[in-house]
Amino acid sequence: MKSDVLIIGGGLMGFSTALQLALRGTRCIVLDKDSPGRHASGVNAGGLRQLNRHPAEVPLSVVAAEMWQHIEALVDSDCDTHFPGQIRIAENAADMQALEERAAMISALGFNHEQIIGRRELYQLVPALAPHCKGALICRNDGYARPYHALHAFRRKARSLGVEFRASTRVDALLHSADEWQVSTPNGEFRAPVLVNCAGAWAGRLAAVVGDTAPVKPGAPMLMITERLPRFVGPVIGSASRKLSFKQMQNGSVLIGGAHMAELDIAQQRTTMNWDKLAVSARTVMALFPQLEHTRIVRTWAGIEAFMPDNLPVIGRSSASPQAWHAFGFSAHGFQLSPVIGKIMSQLILDGQTDLPIEPFSIERFQAPGA
Amino acid sequence: MKDHYPLVIIGAGPAGLAAAVVAAEHGLDVALFDEQPAPGGQIYRATESIPARRAGLLGAEYQRGRNLVSTFRSSGVAYFPDTQVWSLSHKRAIGLLQGKTPTMITADQVLLANGAMERPVPFPGWTLPGVMNTGAGQILFKSHGLVPAKGVVLAGSGPLLLLLAWQYLHAGVKMQALLDLTPVHNHLRALPQLPRALLASHYLTKGLAYKKDLKQAGISTLHNVSDLHAEGDEHLVSVTFRRQGRQHTIETDLLLTHFGVIPHTHLSRAAGCRHDWDKSQQCWRPQLDDWGNSSIDGILIAGDGAGIGGARTAEHAGRLAALQATHALGLIQRSERDRLARDDRKWMRDEQHIRPFLEAFFHIPGKLLSVPDDDTIVCRCEEVTAGQIRAAVPDGHSDSNQVKFLTRCGMGPCQGRQCADAVAHIVAAAGGNSIATGGYYRGRPPVTPLTLGQLASLYPGETE
Repeated sequence: MKSDVLIIGGGLMGFSTALQLALRGTRCIVLDKDSPGRHASGVNAGGLRQLNRHPAEVPLSVVAAEMWQHIEALVDSDCDTHFPGQIRIAENAADMQALEERAAMISALGFNHEQIIGRRELYQLVPALAPHCKGALICRNDGYARPYHALHAFRRKARSLGVEFRASTRVDALLHSADEWQVSTPNGEFRAPVLVNCAGAWAGRLAAVVGDTAPVKPGAPMLMITERLPRFVGPVIGSASRKLSFKQMQNGSVLIGGAHMAELDIAQQRTTMNWDKLAVSARTVMALFPQLEHTRIVRTWAGIEAFMPDNLPVIGRSSASPQAWHAFGFSAHGFQLSPVIGKIMSQLILDGQTDLPIEPFSIERFQAPGA
Repeated sequence: MKDHYPLVIIGAGPAGLAAAVVAAEHGLDVALFDEQPAPGGQIYRATESIPARRAGLLGAEYQRGRNLVSTFRSSGVAYFPDTQVWSLSHKRAIGLLQGKTPTMITADQVLLANGAMERPVPFPGWTLPGVMNTGAGQILFKSHGLVPAKGVVLAGSGPLLLLLAWQYLHAGVKMQALLDLTPVHNHLRALPQLPRALLASHYLTKGLAYKKDLKQAGISTLHNVSDLHAEGDEHLVSVTFRRQGRQHTIETDLLLTHFGVIPHTHLSRAAGCRHDWDKSQQCWRPQLDDWGNSSIDGILIAGDGAGIGGARTAEHAGRLAALQATHALGLIQRSERDRLARDDRKWMRDEQHIRPFLEAFFHIPGKLLSVPDDDTIVCRCEEVTAGQIRAAVPDGHSDSNQVKFLTRCGMGPCQGRQCADAVAHIVAAAGGNSIATGGYYRGRPPVTPLTLGQLASLYPGETE
């Protein structure tokens, strides 16, 4: 089967890229070795967060935030987005100082989405919070969505524009000859002049096949969710000095993450919960919301994500092969960026350039010196 | 409780009790954990404490449990009742909850003997208060001597339905109707299995005797019933059904249903054991060898949790698994294991003669399992209907897990225990696939809910 662009990886980045390309009349095929959004894309925490990003990601994140505000115009679904803001709490003076420095840094970069709020406003926003906190850093137009619904909406919209998708179609072999990529799979051969690597935790292997070095480390951050509770907290809550992401979802259940890792067997695609680390997470939650002591945890899980050594994604052209492109390694904070990544990839592939600053994400940063 | 045992057994029904006794006889340091307050499992529930008269009403088979339990009591096995198992990993780390205190222990060998559960079959109105399964009816009777006071309709298909009807008859319960949803053509389906079943004819004789007793008492069984509906707004008020081309209604405030039993696979799935779809038993069961070894090293499964075989088969399988664990731990030679297993193997074979006949005779029609009615709630925790599940399939969601992500079915507090099978059936039927390929919800621990406070008290010390 032949198309203009062949995208490996049926997660959000793959479908977002396919969607943007299809909007400009490009024919795309998306392949996935499993089902769509089977790993990180479908089961992540769904945070729409500009707050506290690496400075290199800030310009992209700000554009993405704008796209999420109007996501229905793009994918015909609101993806169950809510924008109650995200806050990062200071529990002591040292926390507060760190947050103030952060706000000053973002402001110096020419952005104003991250602001300091004092104790009083913090407790107006989150009256349920334990009383010891000092203040917070806030991004008022941040929020969250439902990741699988977002994935489904991107996929459905892409499909309506003619994008082809094949599930259970792993790449067995990849060849480049006569200006064409040829991919062999159990479900036949696929060909296209342009190849895009959106293979998430499995992207390192694909990068190596096209001749690039990408030290992708698969990881599986653990999440847990509680039974439904009456609404008691609006914004998404993090902490300046603890690993925590805490949000009450659309249906009242509370989603708790904290970047603690499950044990991962990547060959078997099997994750095993680290209960000692989840216990640490539970103690963090109890310190901030002690009223949740008797709340039941109904489910824990860990999606398999791609982590890079510097926790920054790889976005851009292959350094080794013509017409091969990468978008992977989002290191557990890619969900919010996904709409803009599709936009950037389509511009790179069709126009040869993008107006957003993507130099920090070049794959060349991992090439051995002199190679 | 120690933090490590050579052998941990989970479940104090016939398989677990028999296994514990054998393991203890070989000097094994064994711990048995069970969620109930007393040993016996579902079948021999409350066997130690039940008043003699009520025990008599339950029949001779129930009384067999008393011997099994008393042998177990004198075996010296470390026994922990009222203990929930909320986690089991492939490395045999076992999360336990006693009262409010969670602990994590490990074992060299784990024997899962956690039995069966009633097959949940959604039908219109099945979530109404006043509709329960027969297992719930039996629990109330065995543990508390409670029987329906105002009358009851029994409906479904399977031997347990008949047994409960017979027990209720002797307890003086007013049975308004016994509705048999077994299709008539199952008789033909079962016929080829009859010769082998005759080798275990005591089961057939017993079944026929129950039927005769019911008939003599004037309780008529209505056969070939279909289109069962439970009606009512806040509570059940009536049951409607079709029979011989006509619609019938019975006013009642209690309907007990039964559609057979299926293995409890939540722990074996949590550990990551491989499971196969058993066409004859219409359920998933773990892949096991002759000794009960699962696909994961050191995890064994015996009893109805391994596939439905009944209480006596469970005892034999429990003893075989205990011998295997004892051998794996180096306490007996392979030849000794094989020699000691001989009688149980033979008895187990004899017991199994009846199964193919029962499975064919009580085969649940596919139409019932794949929930024909779009409005029927399938996932009662998240209130997801059969129609919503069915609609997700042509929209690009081809297996149970994708349908779960989209619709939230199976994401409530019961973690899909009640709806997993029904969802798999609906998804398979809607996609034109076999159920074996449609998958099953991936297990998301904890297996039973744990509170944040309980989790916070696990591994105390480290904070961030």
